[in-house]
Amino acid sequence: MTLVERIRAGDRLALARLLTQIENEDASGFSTLTELFPHTGRAHLIGITGAPGSGKSTLVNRLALELRRRTGATVAIVAVDPSSPFTGGALLGDRIRMRDLAGDQGVFIRSMASRGALGGLARTTAAVVDAFDAAGYGWVLIETVGAGQAEVEIARTAHTTVVIEAPSAGDDVQAIKAGILEAADVLVVNKADLPGADNAVRALQSALELAVNLRPVWDHHGRLETVEAASAEVAWTPPILKAVATQGEGIAELVDAIQAHGAHLLAGGGRQRRDRDRLRGEVLGLLGAYLLEAFLESRGQGDLEVAVDSVVSRRSSPRQAVESLLRARR
Amino acid sequence: MTTTKLRILIAKPGLDGHDRGAKVIARALRDAGIEVIYTGLRQTPEMIAEAALQEDVDAIGLSILSGAHMALVPRVLELLKGQGQAGVPLLLGGIIPDEDIPELKRQGVTAIFGPGTTTDAVVAAFKQAVADAPPRS
Repeated sequence: MTLVERIRAGDRLALARLLTQIENEDASGFSTLTELFPHTGRAHLIGITGAPGSGKSTLVNRLALELRRRTGATVAIVAVDPSSPFTGGALLGDRIRMRDLAGDQGVFIRSMASRGALGGLARTTAAVVDAFDAAGYGWVLIETVGAGQAEVEIARTAHTTVVIEAPSAGDDVQAIKAGILEAADVLVVNKADLPGADNAVRALQSALELAVNLRPVWDHHGRLETVEAASAEVAWTPPILKAVATQGEGIAELVDAIQAHGAHLLAGGGRQRRDRDRLRGEVLGLLGAYLLEAFLESRGQGDLEVAVDSVVSRRSSPRQAVESLLRARR
Repeated sequence: MTTTKLRILIAKPGLDGHDRGAKVIARALRDAGIEVIYTGLRQTPEMIAEAALQEDVDAIGLSILSGAHMALVPRVLELLKGQGQAGVPLLLGGIIPDEDIPELKRQGVTAIFGPGTTTDAVVAAFKQAVADAPPRS
């Protein structure tokens, strides 16, 4: 059997090996993924994001249990933790909170280090998600690096983005300015047994009421790219749920909300639109990387350094340097 | 564009509740540029083998202080073999009596560390074990 056939037949070791190749940006991994790509597009992708310590891993653990119990479909979990910017090493500890999932062959947990990428995901997370999708996992849960205000890459990768807040995470101004809230399809105030939970719910409610109902789409470099799709998408008001993930409270309601959002996306055509946004972003990102590589290859590193020298000595601005690099190319 | 990173699983099988040592090792490996998957306390051999498979790690480090190593380690090795991961090096740390060491090594444990081992020695042993491991299919 080829690697593709083994993965499609449910060989977990073969899948695990492929995920490593993808993470290492290995050419043979990408060619396997290319063969698998026609089989993607079936899984419901759920992003889980929130501040460090808000309870993402614990919630993912409970959510996976409930999805298994209720739908019977298989669940893949991609848990991203930060790499040290100094050593490149990483301590990936999300499994600690996912012990309840051990022993279920229908659950596959993969820890990923961010490997220097910003935005809350690793550069290859989307490709890893594709591999799980092609391997037939019905649900893919993507847990981001502990994120704050701007790490909203997940909104482009997932169909349904769940944002977790813990009580006393800041006043209502924090709630208004946090870009991450606009990425939310479902909001969860976790640790709702702590004081301040109702205040957190109220702050989120008022922030949502103020928010214009649009869904921004970020391009590869984090610029706001288009909001055109949003107006066509029928309005979805993100529900605000309370949960105590350690006790399993509020998890059934969370699955209800995720399923409702999934149905909403299917009915309104939002699912295809989000797929298109996501894949467009992926194509643009790769295009940018390839163009840059081709450019540097054709010009050599030397010209680049000369241009950098002129910027360092303040003879030209960064923009001028780039313009002259591009002009010299023609 | 290829970037290969070492991935190492650190796990604590059995019932003892002291994971200070495991955390020190995890931290030292991380500081050496390695990606460490830490499972936490009270793992069964089945949980450890399954985590090693899903995470496709290059090596496994077990920390055992309870004295149950002669039961736990052979079981982990057997499970790894059963799932086609016999070539993944397994290293052991904790309180391991000298008389048990030859038998554990015979069964396939790559290295065993007792109290007083420096973290540098542990990091070096992991790197060496991965370098010596058979290539994976």
